[in-house]
Amino acid sequence: MPLPDVLLRVDEVSKSFGGIAAVNGVSMEVRRGESVGLVGPNGAGKTTLFNCVCGQLRPERGGIDLDGRPLVDMPTFERARLGIGRTYQRVEVFPDMTVRDHLLVAHRARWRTGRLWRDLCNLSKPTTEESAKVDAVLGMVGLDERADAPVASLGLGLCRLVELARALVTDPMILMADEPSSGLDVHETRELGAVLRQVQRDQGMAMVLVEHDLGMVAEVVDRTVVMNLGEVIAEGDFASVMADPAVRTAYLGVQE
Amino acid sequence: MEHFLGFAIPGIPYGCTYALVAVGLVLTYQATGVLNFAYGAQAYLSAFVFTYLVQNEHLPVALSFVISVVVLAPVVGLVLDRFLFRKIAPANVIAKLVTGISMLVGIPAILAIIFTNSNQYNAPSILFNPNVVYFRIAGTPINGIDITSVVATAATLAALLVLLRWSSLGLQMRGAVESRRLVELDGVNGGRVVASAWAVSGLIAGLAGVLLAPVYGQLQFSDYAALMVAAFAAAAWAVLRSLPVAVLVGVLMGVTVTLLQGYLPVGSIWSSAALTSLPFVVLVGALVLVPGLRTLGQAKDPLASVDPPIPPTTAAIRAPEIDRVIRIAWVVMLVVFAVSMLTWMPKIWENVFNAGLAYSVVFLSITLITGMGGQLSLCQATLAGVGAFTAAQLANHLGLNLLVGGLVGAVAAALVAVVLAFASVRLRGLGLALMTIAAALLFDNTVFAEVSTVHGQPITVTSHSVGLGILDPNGHAFFVLAMVVLTICVVLVLRVRRGSIGRFLGAMQGSSTAASGIGVNLTWMHVLVFALSGAVAGVGGTLLSINQQSVNPELFSWSFSLVFVVVVVTTGVSTTEGAIQAGFGYVVLQQLLTYVPARLGGNSLLIVFFAFGALTYVAHPEGILEFQKRRWTLRMERLVLRGRPAPAAAPPTGPGGEPRGLAAADADPDPVVGR
Repeated sequence: MPLPDVLLRVDEVSKSFGGIAAVNGVSMEVRRGESVGLVGPNGAGKTTLFNCVCGQLRPERGGIDLDGRPLVDMPTFERARLGIGRTYQRVEVFPDMTVRDHLLVAHRARWRTGRLWRDLCNLSKPTTEESAKVDAVLGMVGLDERADAPVASLGLGLCRLVELARALVTDPMILMADEPSSGLDVHETRELGAVLRQVQRDQGMAMVLVEHDLGMVAEVVDRTVVMNLGEVIAEGDFASVMADPAVRTAYLGVQE
Repeated sequence: MEHFLGFAIPGIPYGCTYALVAVGLVLTYQATGVLNFAYGAQAYLSAFVFTYLVQNEHLPVALSFVISVVVLAPVVGLVLDRFLFRKIAPANVIAKLVTGISMLVGIPAILAIIFTNSNQYNAPSILFNPNVVYFRIAGTPINGIDITSVVATAATLAALLVLLRWSSLGLQMRGAVESRRLVELDGVNGGRVVASAWAVSGLIAGLAGVLLAPVYGQLQFSDYAALMVAAFAAAAWAVLRSLPVAVLVGVLMGVTVTLLQGYLPVGSIWSSAALTSLPFVVLVGALVLVPGLRTLGQAKDPLASVDPPIPPTTAAIRAPEIDRVIRIAWVVMLVVFAVSMLTWMPKIWENVFNAGLAYSVVFLSITLITGMGGQLSLCQATLAGVGAFTAAQLANHLGLNLLVGGLVGAVAAALVAVVLAFASVRLRGLGLALMTIAAALLFDNTVFAEVSTVHGQPITVTSHSVGLGILDPNGHAFFVLAMVVLTICVVLVLRVRRGSIGRFLGAMQGSSTAASGIGVNLTWMHVLVFALSGAVAGVGGTLLSINQQSVNPELFSWSFSLVFVVVVVTTGVSTTEGAIQAGFGYVVLQQLLTYVPARLGGNSLLIVFFAFGALTYVAHPEGILEFQKRRWTLRMERLVLRGRPAPAAAPPTGPGGEPRGLAAADADPDPVVGR
């Protein structure tokens, strides 16, 4: 039965690579303001599903809707403009830019305010509203003191925050965070989890979190979906899902 | 049927010449992951040395063959590997391209310097006598050159198939192209395997060069370059993988050429255009239709992540005080330059600097497409030519003022660039370079050949067509015009760079995945940067024509596109300053070389200078000149700011690792990012 007030609907999506089904008939729904954890062992198909939702991959079958609008035939940049924010498993930043520029470029791309004629007429300096928005988001994730640092001078943890801030500045309807703790130590992971939870609640946006660190998932998400071998094998609150025999088998490889 | 065979059979040996070079290209790519743009130059080198030894030094043919092919050709391959390509990270496609192009323009220039008499004629054949008809097929005489081409291609293909499929070295080569580091983990000496591949591919290049030399009466590098484009086309249909497909496509192209020659009316425009443009049409067809070429050059190495990131063409980061000093210095230099040009500058040097201004505008188009767009276009001289010829033809046919025509020419060049951009929308790096060089050669052989004359005479620029006394030899009107045009172009390019579009392009260069993920339309950006670059090149082309007082197709040929790239890459491809330095450096060095004895090489020395300068792109993508400037700026900064307490670095907030690199930026909370 469909959930009320559904924002993202994934319906029977399948994607295979060279005959191997990476995602096989997966369906899931995310409500407005809800935080969903997508977990599973390596090769479960989590990132493939992410890429299908964000537009980097085109599913062979199935449908994906965001806020009632079908996404399957929409290019990646249009999905971003519709309100999908994303962070990446392997950090994707723009090494030539400062932290502030990352946010400015994302804001302008999202709201389509970057125009050639404005550049040629020298009207492209950040407006008061843009600066205020960028400063607010930088403050939210704790990057305000690094705003003018070139991103190439930052460590991995700060780069992950830059990615998060770049996604948040676009006021996304849904944030897709792909293994944000990858490469971070325990302390950094805990802090990042706290930031994620805080901004998700403050902004009231929906979030899908792919994560191997189950401690972080337990702290951040409202609901957990478990995938294995391209299929959803369990769904529900974190504790009950983790107690599911199928999930324990998928993770530990033992028969209950 | 007899007619058909009579037309088709001569095409087989003709196509074999394409196939032989294509096989070498595929082997190099298969074994090393490099699409070797220098391949034609390697073939030309062996052919040249072989012919020189036989004709000038009167050495026996067999000994000359051993020296030029068996010894020299593999050594050149090894040198390219050891000193150039081995230093390039597998993922750095642009660096591989720039290095190949540097050698493509550099090797013939080196030959011209070493052998002052660079004209070589009537190369001997090593297998069969070119002047003897050995037999006939369907009435078609088959001479020594025909047999040589077919036998050499068949023998090379067979030898390579055996090497790659059934020898352990071939197996190791196939492994090394996927991941040299991975085969090393299996105990294979990866360096030796790759070096062997370079030596073998060099040997084939030399063999092809010497075998093909008798086909051409006079040995000219341009013939080998044109042959290479045809070989690129054959190799592209083979997705740079399948040797038999490369041979098949090469031979089919040869047969198609001779069939067209036979069936199209002799001397018609269709005949001449179809024949010269066929290899380029085939290449463009492959680039558009073969999906495998879209990801060409992308590293598939599972261990690619252990490489350090490709050094970005970073912005200079300067303390505000130093930035102010540099800005003032620029203004002072500009004023001194303008006053000098208008007062005491000797006429000869005024002309040189005027040409420098015109070249600077053309080079700005490379700053746009390569520095800002992150793509290597090999047709910038062509786009400049489109602008210049459009303006000149409008002046000749409609009596339109050349300055107004220049603006129309800029629009025409932008439109051509847009067509190219749409044709190459899915291509990046290697594919885009091939597409643009194909376009350049297509224009050279078809459009420019048609529009370069009016009533059979070369197009000259007259005072009537320009007006305003711009061509007055005693006046300074051209200087004022060129300064105004360059200033407008620089200001517009800087505004784009510092504005939203520049930031979107920067994002695209940094990570195209993340750029589209935040809402940047990559296709639109690709088209836009091509259009802007085309428009600027078009304006520059017209300016250059006015400066030269003629519209010379030589100046806008494909080879100049390559030379332009190496010049700008040397001085700094990522800054507008770099384009101006390139423009002035190119003409000033050219002028200075007129003062040294001609036996030292003249213009060839200039090409070699910039070709070697461009080789530093691997280590300094910002340009070796720009790198040195930044080093000296940094020293000055340390000197000026000495004794000032360093501001405390901002403490990391939230999860953060140790800051790395760009320590100066961390120490300075308010750096100025200069371009």
